[in-house]
Amino acid sequence: MTPDNKPKNWFSALAHPGKFMRWSRYFIWPLIILTAISFAIGLWFALFNSPPDYQMGETVRIMYIHVPNAWLSQMVYSIMAISAIGSLVWRHPLADVAMKAAAPLGAAFTAMALFTGSLWGRPAWGTYWEWDGRMTSTLVLFLIYLGLIALWNTFSDQSKGARIIAVFTLVGAINIPIIKFSVDWWNGLHQPSIIKADGLSMPAELYTPLLIMTLAFTLLFFTLHLINMRTEVLRRRANSLERQHVIASSGGASTSLDVTNTDLDNKGGDND
Amino acid sequence: MIEFEAGIIFIIASYVGVALVLSLLIGWVWLNSNKQKARLVDLEKRGIHRRSKKNNPDKTEQTL
Repeated sequence: MTPDNKPKNWFSALAHPGKFMRWSRYFIWPLIILTAISFAIGLWFALFNSPPDYQMGETVRIMYIHVPNAWLSQMVYSIMAISAIGSLVWRHPLADVAMKAAAPLGAAFTAMALFTGSLWGRPAWGTYWEWDGRMTSTLVLFLIYLGLIALWNTFSDQSKGARIIAVFTLVGAINIPIIKFSVDWWNGLHQPSIIKADGLSMPAELYTPLLIMTLAFTLLFFTLHLINMRTEVLRRRANSLERQHVIASSGGASTSLDVTNTDLDNKGGDND
Repeated sequence: MIEFEAGIIFIIASYVGVALVLSLLIGWVWLNSNKQKARLVDLEKRGIHRRSKKNNPDKTEQTL
């Protein structure tokens, strides 16, 4: 082993599907507990221990669930885009798995961002919907998520499908900076970012619940993503076993199978 | 504490809507996970397993 390939080997070892299944199981319950605690504290602050806004009044409380969902809609897609690079450049099967497992979660968080934003818009702006840059580009993001989920379902060979879907995912990533900077590029109903170079443009009593709720939603995503990734590995493993069983049965071979040449097992290093 | 005002219905609708979607999402993830685990257990029962299982019979149990 040379010093140059040490990080790669370390990463490959962790990302090998078999090893991933072993180490990831120890993270699920701690993540579930942390998520539950964060939500309990966040909701207490958001509903009972934060003041109304001087302009928006009590409806500012919608912000504590709208902003985390809006943040996650973009973060999840960014994770998918990074996974798509991993899938295209290194052809790593776990990158495909991460990409696929994140898509329905991203779609759900984007739907919740649109739903809560619409309900917040009615009392704040007098309308449920306005075709401004931020809202339109977020709707486009939601449609991209749905398109990618539909694409995954069209491929019976997930490894081949992953290459094509990775390309589409990277093309769709153009929308992320558009969402981010839409409030600066176009005049619309949305306010500019609250995080500025000279500090926060929001009082601490409003920012604290927002931060805790954002942490809670982010932890929830990581929990669900980890479980979804493990489920996808198991699904591919079961599919592979069933496929091999059919081949072995039709050829009159034994049912005790050598299932090593699958899309998950043949690229991760050692045979698990 | 929330004071009653005209916007209260939008706050309740937002929180209930998000709680509903999150419940569905968590339920779907949990059901999907259990379904795949059951599939693999069923394959095991039928004697269809991976090569590595021969060397370590507890491996499926460890990775589920």
